[in-house]
Amino acid sequence: MRRFLRPGHDPVRERLKRDLFQFNKTVEHGFPHQPSALGYSPFLRLMAIGTRSGAIKLYGAPGVEFMGLHEENNTVMQIHFIPDQCQLVTLLDDNSLHLWSLKQHGGASELREEHRFTLKGPPGSPPSATQVTAVLPHSSREVLYLGTESGTIFVVELPSLRVLEDRTITPEAVLQRIPEDNCSRRSCELVEALQEHPKNPDQILIGYSRGLIVLWDLQNNKAAQHFLGSQQLENLYWQRDGSKFISCHYDGSYTQWPVSSDNRQAEPLENTVPYGPFPCKAISKIYWQTTKNGVPYIIFQGGMPRASYGDRHSISVIHGSQQTAFDFTSRVIDFFIIFSSDPAAEFDDPSALVALAEEELVVIDLKSAGWPAVHPPYLASLHCSAITCSHHVSNIPLKLWERIISAGSKQNIHYSSMPWPIDGGTNIAPDPPQRDLLLTGHEDGTVRFWDASGVCLHLLYKLSTVRVFLTDADPNDNMNTLGEDEWPPLRKVGTFDPYSDDPRLGIQKIYLCKYSGYLAVAGTAGQVLVMELNDEDAEHVVDHAEADLLQDQEGYRWKGHEKLKTRDGPVRFEAGFQPFVLVQCQPPAVVTSLALHSEWRLVAFGTSHGFGLFDHQQKRLVFVKCTLHPSDQLALEGPLSRVKSLKKSLRQSFRRIRRSRVSSRKRRGAGGTASEVQEANAKFDQDALQEMELAPVQRKIEARSAEDSFTGFVRTLYFADTFLRDSSRHCPSLWAGTNGGTVYAFCLRVPPAERRMDEPVRAEQAKEIQLMHRAPVVGILVLDGRSTPLPEPLEVAHDLSKSPDMQGSHQLLVVSEEQFKVFTLPKVSSKLKLKLTALEGCRVRKVTVANFGSCKTDDYSENDLAVLTNLGDIQIISLPFLKLQIRYPCIRKEDVSGIASCVFTKYGQGFYLISPSEFERFSLSTKWLVEPRCIVDMPEVTSNNHVHNKSGTENAARKSSPDDCGEDERKSGRLMEHALLNDEKVLKEIQSTLEGGR
Amino acid sequence: EFRRFSLERSKPGKFEEFYGLLQHVHKIPNVDVLVGYTDIHGDLLPINNDDNYHKAVSTANPLLRIFIQRKEDADYSAFGTDTMTRKKNVLSNVLRPDNHKKKPHIVISMPQDFRPVSSIIDVDILPETHRRVRLYKYGTDKPLGFYIRDGSSVRVTPHGLEKVPGIFISRLVPGGLAQSTGLLAVNDEVLEVNGIEVSGKSLDQVTDMMIANSRNLIITVRPANQRNNVVRNSRTSGSSGQSTESSLPSSTPNILGNLQGEEESDEEDIIIEDSGEPQQIPKAAPTSDSIESLSQIELLHESTQNGFLPSSDMNLNHSAGSISMEFEVPEQGRKSLEEDGTIITL
Repeated sequence: MRRFLRPGHDPVRERLKRDLFQFNKTVEHGFPHQPSALGYSPFLRLMAIGTRSGAIKLYGAPGVEFMGLHEENNTVMQIHFIPDQCQLVTLLDDNSLHLWSLKQHGGASELREEHRFTLKGPPGSPPSATQVTAVLPHSSREVLYLGTESGTIFVVELPSLRVLEDRTITPEAVLQRIPEDNCSRRSCELVEALQEHPKNPDQILIGYSRGLIVLWDLQNNKAAQHFLGSQQLENLYWQRDGSKFISCHYDGSYTQWPVSSDNRQAEPLENTVPYGPFPCKAISKIYWQTTKNGVPYIIFQGGMPRASYGDRHSISVIHGSQQTAFDFTSRVIDFFIIFSSDPAAEFDDPSALVALAEEELVVIDLKSAGWPAVHPPYLASLHCSAITCSHHVSNIPLKLWERIISAGSKQNIHYSSMPWPIDGGTNIAPDPPQRDLLLTGHEDGTVRFWDASGVCLHLLYKLSTVRVFLTDADPNDNMNTLGEDEWPPLRKVGTFDPYSDDPRLGIQKIYLCKYSGYLAVAGTAGQVLVMELNDEDAEHVVDHAEADLLQDQEGYRWKGHEKLKTRDGPVRFEAGFQPFVLVQCQPPAVVTSLALHSEWRLVAFGTSHGFGLFDHQQKRLVFVKCTLHPSDQLALEGPLSRVKSLKKSLRQSFRRIRRSRVSSRKRRGAGGTASEVQEANAKFDQDALQEMELAPVQRKIEARSAEDSFTGFVRTLYFADTFLRDSSRHCPSLWAGTNGGTVYAFCLRVPPAERRMDEPVRAEQAKEIQLMHRAPVVGILVLDGRSTPLPEPLEVAHDLSKSPDMQGSHQLLVVSEEQFKVFTLPKVSSKLKLKLTALEGCRVRKVTVANFGSCKTDDYSENDLAVLTNLGDIQIISLPFLKLQIRYPCIRKEDVSGIASCVFTKYGQGFYLISPSEFERFSLSTKWLVEPRCIVDMPEVTSNNHVHNKSGTENAARKSSPDDCGEDERKSGRLMEHALLNDEKVLKEIQSTLEGGR
Repeated sequence: EFRRFSLERSKPGKFEEFYGLLQHVHKIPNVDVLVGYTDIHGDLLPINNDDNYHKAVSTANPLLRIFIQRKEDADYSAFGTDTMTRKKNVLSNVLRPDNHKKKPHIVISMPQDFRPVSSIIDVDILPETHRRVRLYKYGTDKPLGFYIRDGSSVRVTPHGLEKVPGIFISRLVPGGLAQSTGLLAVNDEVLEVNGIEVSGKSLDQVTDMMIANSRNLIITVRPANQRNNVVRNSRTSGSSGQSTESSLPSSTPNILGNLQGEEESDEEDIIIEDSGEPQQIPKAAPTSDSIESLSQIELLHESTQNGFLPSSDMNLNHSAGSISMEFEVPEQGRKSLEEDGTIITL
């Protein structure tokens, strides 16, 4: 009823709200969905990835990230950095060119679109006349050469993107200077490649699709030399000294050509089909890298024997007698080689191969023996198996953090020790305020532990629950075990593996106690595992217990999946979290809620049939409670997807998750006709959509009743030490909320620590509340006498929280999908409430208590509820008075899986999936904000284009500087830059002068 | 018994004072009574608040004839508030005194023994083309029984006629509550749900709102069939209809009327303590300051909700920034099925 006292505009509160709350989408973690183009600047040491939705993302040293979005949302086809500039050009599939710049603003660099441009042909010419197929930014930084489908090469001035018509190179002009007998007009159709001579900027190499290659002299506007390839051309690559170049072809061959001024029409030096003699697929890109010892690295994409390995996505590296074909898990978009960028250096000396595949980024260390992969600090492939749930733990104690890292490092021994080779830019963001873990559960039964403290979401440790169970797939069945003589020498790289052996292994709920290191994990087939962190490998037996949640119900038959078979006898577990007990729910329905109390050593779990409490100290089931309504046949019989309302949303989310897999699978089969398949898919989707729109959409209006399906579905479980029976004695309690709006409260008796093993834990039902509106209960919380939420177990013991107020009266907050209600305790009577659905038509999807600190004063903070609704809005609601503070639109309401994937942190941040592979991070707090803040400076350029190579220590020195210098740094950027790159002493001097000047 | 006394016509005072005076004059200080009077048309009309009291005094010519009935054995049918006639006549929710003595008097029991199923409310404040229907789901076994769909309607806007998206009733389930009332029909456009406008909301949102309010659903519709609309200012609606009309500020035709009335009524959660019997959760006592803030308290009995509430009061509710409160006075022995509590309105 307080709702009617409309909040008057209290100016003090309004001001405070501004100091507390602020909504920002800060950074995208993970791997970009549907990447379509890759670019790299050896000068800036930055990598750029373009996507099919028109996004462009730049990555450098860990923490250095930029993002831009093309307004058109068209596929990015090509990305080219302007040599020695903080600029890049993108080509979209609508044939538009966009010039982007990194500019410093407010102390940090920003990526901005400067110009856009679409090439226009003469009136009446076909669109193919201006369809750009190849882009060459000239080293003079003044012009771009644009090769087109018609064979014409246009010259565009930078940065204005104006066509210089008098410099256009037409096929006619080229043909005039080539002997007639060799070529016709047709041989100059479609420019496939444009490459500048590495030593002579006045010469460019033009490769036409039909095989003709022309070395064009820009100065004299004539062909210096021409080369007649017999095969359809795919790409060209210059050798470092400019004496030779290499061309790769559609038939899987590559050819070396000599360049000399006296031979107008050169013959090939060497023509090789590396995976011949049988027909091979095209080699679409090739690198020829020279080394000091004379043995070159030949690195190329594709070229596999068409019949037997035509479906592989490979990049081959040949170095003398060493040859490996890296076999990728998904289509390779593009790749580049990191090599010595110093033009004065005599050899390329490649250090790393960076390959962008459709679903992941793979970096291969070419300097270490065996060419191991490098563990990327960002662009993690979150979806290597589909994410099924996530759990966030803030403020991890250092001890646990180190133990998890050490467990993870033992898993990563096969990675190269090479420092991350893409290290451009400087991260100037303040260090993350705390150590945060994001745990993701996956369909294949793994849990991945991510360092979510900062801008780079980094994999720390991977836990697999598969070992506990007997699955159809033999874990020793390794696709990689190829014999020595195997040809081609394929080697699988990457972690993307969306094919789950058994969907029952899927992880549904995770609960980690950061103080004790206990972890509870629950899955699709009703399995609940309790684990403990162990720093050593161990072999032990996992205890089993069954929890029959249908206890007194007779005559029902479960028609869903069977429970997982467990492995008998001791199981070997690697260092890390090792399961010691398995509780199997019967029927083996998906576990829908989970809670762990590490102090009481209890784990509670719920399914659509009921819930149970397990004592993992004594390894004894304490009790089970069946929440089923007798008429609820659907819940009894089978998996969730049979229910209508849930069915729809689940199906939608699954379809979304699987879409990328399906498309990649199809593409694999179709090979070269990938775009056709996509088009067909898009058309199909559209048709389906239209069909849906035609069907009359109507909704039934009916009050919920106790007989509705899945009312027994346990949505939330909560442990609290509170006043359940009377106001003088508090006791441990377990609370459960169901889909039908029922809340059960159980009074627990946990023996004191010294008799913990001797006496059983007892439980007794104390209360049952039926909310009359019968909406699903999604959250239960007890507020102490000061209206503060009760602390987590062991939080007080670790001095990280004030002990709860046990003097004043406690309150119970029940959050249903439709309402927030506060009740008094121990006598439950309704105190106040906030109706959400009745007034706004939206429903609560996620709710968490979050602590908000003021950005103005350090000593003020308050607890509020952060709520995500089914419309994708985020609302902040005050405690304990349940007043709406602020509302932000966050996720599109159509993005069902995005909304379902959202997790809030305890300090007003959150994550949700914007694609199967990417988390968007957002912040509601003014105080806790993790976002990229970085500077990309122009490295020093000497007259002969000499580029300084920054070393790690210099980078470190630079990193420390901005904090001290702040604003001044920008003005003196050039000076500083120079100094920093050369000497640390100079840096200190400059700093001291700057400080003196201030 | 018959008493005769005088009042200062120019200063009638407040209803409460008058009520106190009546109790005093009749020497029945602790007996709840219903007060009625006969207006110039000979209709028996109730006096239960300041407005109709003032109206009664001002129309007295020169005598004001007052009828007092003991509440327990009051003949409510005299006021025509029963729910039975409502189904037959959409106009009967406007105060319609049953003054036709020639009509055979149907003896029906007191309204407490009936449960309202549906009603048309706020006729006096809504445009004639709209209809606000209240469905009482609570306690009925019948399903609400209707479906809604997306559609579009033509509106007059500053830019001329425009097609705007709207929500429409698409189907009535035979035998459902919606159908049995006869107040809702297929293709009626839904304008509001429990006082919240639906324009700009999606079909799913409106569905959720209706389901969340399903225990006491108030839908404002623009009926597809506009022929059964209330025709106002006609004599048939009785003098009271006219009087409310005249007291209505003309500029605020589309305000929330009775909507606050049903709040809280649907919210009595059931709690089982230990293994005891189910019981309704008692409301925590309202804070005293909220009561003090009320300058005027009127107790309206549930049966007076439909039409007895003068519209001037409703307007007052609204203009005072919707500071209105209601709470339930626990009534012993009331069945939980009768959910409407006593209301305090400012």
